[in-house]
Amino acid sequence: MDKEMLLDWYRQMVLIRRFEQRSSELYQQGKIGGFLHLYIGQEAVAVGAIAARQEGDHVITAYRDHGHALSVGSDTGRVMAELMGKATGVSKGKGGSMHLADVERRYWGGYAVVGGHLPLATGIALAEQYKGTDNAVLCFFGDGATNIGYFHESLNLSGVWDLPVVWICENNQYGMGTTIERASAVPRMVDKACAYGMEGKQVNGMDIIDVYEATREALQKIRDGQGPQFLEMLTYRYEGHSMGDPLRYRTKDEVEKWREDDPIGILERHLLQEDIADEVELEEIDSAVEQEVEEAVEFAEESPLPQPEALFEDIYVEA
Amino acid sequence: MARITMRQAITDALREEMQRDETVFIMGEEVGIWGGTYAVTRGFHDEFGGKRVRDTPISEMAIGGAAAGAAMNGLRPVAEFMTINFAMLALDAIVNHAAKLHYMFGAQMKVPVVYRAPGGGGRQLGATHSHTPDVIFAHFPSLKVVSPSTPYDAKGLLKSAIRSDDPILFIEHATLYQVRDEVPEDEDYTVPIGVADVKREGSDVTIVAYAQGLQVSLAAAEQLSKEGIEAEVIDLRTLRPLDMGPAIESFKKTFKAVVVEEGHRSYGVGAEVVARLQEEAFDYIDAPIKRVAQLEVPLPYSRELEQMALINPDRVIEAVKEIL
Repeated sequence: MDKEMLLDWYRQMVLIRRFEQRSSELYQQGKIGGFLHLYIGQEAVAVGAIAARQEGDHVITAYRDHGHALSVGSDTGRVMAELMGKATGVSKGKGGSMHLADVERRYWGGYAVVGGHLPLATGIALAEQYKGTDNAVLCFFGDGATNIGYFHESLNLSGVWDLPVVWICENNQYGMGTTIERASAVPRMVDKACAYGMEGKQVNGMDIIDVYEATREALQKIRDGQGPQFLEMLTYRYEGHSMGDPLRYRTKDEVEKWREDDPIGILERHLLQEDIADEVELEEIDSAVEQEVEEAVEFAEESPLPQPEALFEDIYVEA
Repeated sequence: MARITMRQAITDALREEMQRDETVFIMGEEVGIWGGTYAVTRGFHDEFGGKRVRDTPISEMAIGGAAAGAAMNGLRPVAEFMTINFAMLALDAIVNHAAKLHYMFGAQMKVPVVYRAPGGGGRQLGATHSHTPDVIFAHFPSLKVVSPSTPYDAKGLLKSAIRSDDPILFIEHATLYQVRDEVPEDEDYTVPIGVADVKREGSDVTIVAYAQGLQVSLAAAEQLSKEGIEAEVIDLRTLRPLDMGPAIESFKKTFKAVVVEEGHRSYGVGAEVVARLQEEAFDYIDAPIKRVAQLEVPLPYSRELEQMALINPDRVIEAVKEIL
């Protein structure tokens, strides 16, 4: 694995973490409204999986979507501006934290109805198959989504039609405050794939190299004609489900235990122990990220609010 | 001009649009090998192949969402729900996804999907298979809801819908499939979405209707004419965006109106039309504006009971006479 790529992954993960920490502060200051779902702890999944895509591949995810937006390369300032409801936001301030999209980068957005984007992923993949390309879709969703009808109907249809989708379950152990054991009749998400004729694989979602390799392999299988694939990324969110989560459903010890396997820490150790990079290089990246996030906040704060005319704009394509 | 059924008009529109544009394809339950449960796509599977005429599993949520996804990524899907009753399973995919994405993501994506759904009562199918839930879908801004009453309009409106870049629900009242009327042959015409139409001229009373209600209203108008009462019949054709122009213009001439719809009276099309008439033509109101609609019961199976609950020309005539 080349150094440049590894350092870029490190940069992206640090960027997401720092972005999320600043978002949390801005939310507490009342500068971000609505719901805010932080991706801290899960960074390796979005960064590693998205790094494995080819240019034409698509990305779509649920409402915990800041990390995916930054991973596809969306402008940090425009993402922050969207969180603040500004006209310069990626969705013109009409989507908010849960609805970031960047279609130019084939990122179809964050979706806030659990499971609602799974059939969209199916359809996006159908269009690629229909047009005869070898592009695929990376569809991210949480463990909680595997219990909703959309999940079963979408995976089944992708199996029946042999559609190019990598179904990526980000298993962070909880659907809001409900553990997997209390919500799912089978504890391993990957066991659900066989019902749809799919191969599934459990992956250490805290190790970005594992995530990348597994996703690359899944995409290769799709392009080799083996049909849709299923990956279960075992991961953990350090923060609550959303801001204001009382966290009654888990212990501090549990959180601390997962933090020992921190995705940024794992990559950092790898880089240092294998002499791929030294501490100075990593610190330089940290400072550059710090500056990028501060500039993003500045851009967002200084950006104008949407004009009142925007209220009635874009209801239809053809008015 | 040829006299064809509304079923044939819809079939012709689909075939012509598929021939015209490679990105148009059909998906739904039994649309392919079976030929469609209402035989609208009979022969299409042989003619266009399984890539463009796609049988789906019984999965309304996936049909609704996957059609939207394919539309987002450059295709023009025509997704058929076997009946509009089943489309209620896909309410989230239709109104919360297909219809929201263009606005919610700041116009980054278009969703040019057409959802076709036969609906309506009167065929002894019982409570769960007989809904006319059009207003549920028409409630939401950013979805377009079309429901034609004649073969000519059905063909022209469906062609407009398929060519449109917006998500559209196209509701076909199943008892209208047999309605026969004149449709131009060898002419690629369209009917604009969001434009109401005067289907019959008259000066004594305005009847506002659409779909099955329109045919019922025309039958009532014929009867009334024999008694010397001339009703003007307005066909809304599109429930959203709603074009009230012709209805208001007519009302300013007749000062009296009856609104006819097959759905339930409460919170219905009639409620909306009456509200708009009083907002925009209050000074012209000469009598209470009447609503003729489905009675407030789940539709029963027994033919006699079912017919009691549904609209018919006699109920329209009665309503007209009450205000003349």
